Amino acid sequence: MILSQQKSMEEILRSLEGETKIFLLGCGGCAESSGTGGKMQVLEMKGKLEQAGKKITGHTVVDFLCQKALVQSRLRGKVNEVKEADSLLVMTCGVGVQAVAAVSEKITHPGCNTISLGGMRGEWQGSERCQECGDCVLDFTGGICPLTACSKSLLNGACGGTTKEGKCEVDQEMECGWKLIYERMEKLGKLDKLRRVYEPKDHSKMMPPKGLRLSDRWALEQGK
Amino acid sequence: MGLQESLAAGKFVITSEIGPPKGTHIQEMLADAELLRGRVEAINVTDLQSSVMRLGSLAVCHLLREKGLDPIFQVTCRDRNRLALQADLLSASVLGIKNVLALTGDYASLGDHPQAKPVFDLDSVSLLGVIKKLESGTDMVGNALQGAPKFFSGAVVNPGGNPLEAQILKMEKKIQAGATFFQTQAVYDVGTFETFMKKVARFKIPVLAGIILLKSAGMARFMNKNVAGVFVPEPLIQKMAKAEDRVKTSIEIGAELIRSLKGMCQGVHIMPIGWESKVPALLDAAKL
Repeated sequence: MILSQQKSMEEILRSLEGETKIFLLGCGGCAESSGTGGKMQVLEMKGKLEQAGKKITGHTVVDFLCQKALVQSRLRGKVNEVKEADSLLVMTCGVGVQAVAAVSEKITHPGCNTISLGGMRGEWQGSERCQECGDCVLDFTGGICPLTACSKSLLNGACGGTTKEGKCEVDQEMECGWKLIYERMEKLGKLDKLRRVYEPKDHSKMMPPKGLRLSDRWALEQGK
Repeated sequence: MGLQESLAAGKFVITSEIGPPKGTHIQEMLADAELLRGRVEAINVTDLQSSVMRLGSLAVCHLLREKGLDPIFQVTCRDRNRLALQADLLSASVLGIKNVLALTGDYASLGDHPQAKPVFDLDSVSLLGVIKKLESGTDMVGNALQGAPKFFSGAVVNPGGNPLEAQILKMEKKIQAGATFFQTQAVYDVGTFETFMKKVARFKIPVLAGIILLKSAGMARFMNKNVAGVFVPEPLIQKMAKAEDRVKTSIEIGAELIRSLKGMCQGVHIMPIGWESKVPALLDAAKL
């Protein structure tokens, strides 16, 4: 299963700055087992955000958020609540956040950090989308992960190797991840977010903390 | 005068570069460096250029220093993690190396050891931040240093990058992180470069335009097809194709380019890639 951990309320509120109407998404799969994005945590988050003065336009829990087609069909039933929102807060792994971003024209904020995929790639297969860095940056990159979409996993923008056609110099079949990120942020009117100088990754955050290794799903897989 | 002083004095600055050899025979490389003596302000020493394993940049910078030449230590993030990068920066400092050019680096699979594990623990922007941190007297996590280094740090930018606005946004981040001068990817199209310079004028930071001599029409076409952000206009390619004396024509094109760029930027960075011996003639032709 995919292990995730909720981001701190402080970080979540910082990412929602300037936005008042939020739509919440949870996942009935791994995020529920991790105790980070199931129905219970979504309702808890709703309460905390309302306390912080936000309006929750709606919420839903999908199993599984990493299945892009399923997310798209579920959101169709919530089209007005989503439309009313300034942004979406997605409480699941990095694959789920990217699946939501791919089917929506709204800013998608990650509510969790993904720590380990535990051998699972999620239900949106075809390419690697999450590197379990434990410190999700999708908030700053329009829901496209620079760690997996960029050959060099750069955090601060494209290198000099973007071809005229917008492909990656390393593999000309591959789109330049940072070009995709730039275009998405431009479309969302959030280019300012790309001005942030991103600190080097803290690789120690990739280690799953002991508490997370005690979840039911983890125990099942260990045969306990 | 060193690089920093020349730029500060508003001089039109010329830098060039040498590439360390694959192996320990350094005579030819040092002879190339001698050709540049007195003609350029500083000499870049490339860091395993094109991801090909070679003699290291740090040792060669040291050799240039010993000979009274001012080296620019190119540092990429491809092969070293944050510990090794900080250590090499301290090493450079105690060897008297002052100029550093911070680069992300080519991807490992493009070179002669495609099996290598690419590092990219830091990127060009965060590396510039680390340099600044070391100068302030601590390592990047805040531990005190016994003696802080002092560098003159620069970075690169691609005026032909796509999208250009994204390149400029990154350039701005590099300045914010500590870059104090820029060298560019090779420029052949004066118009594109002028547009770029107008957009970055607000940063008020020295930009040295990259110059690579065209060796043939084939080389120009190859670069147009394969080198990101490089565009050689067709008339230049035709000129090379029709040239009776390719070296002469190439120098004429290069000199003309330098003369056109001179009013737009603070200097030029000449990358000879094997044509080191032609650099003095190029500078003569450009009246520099």
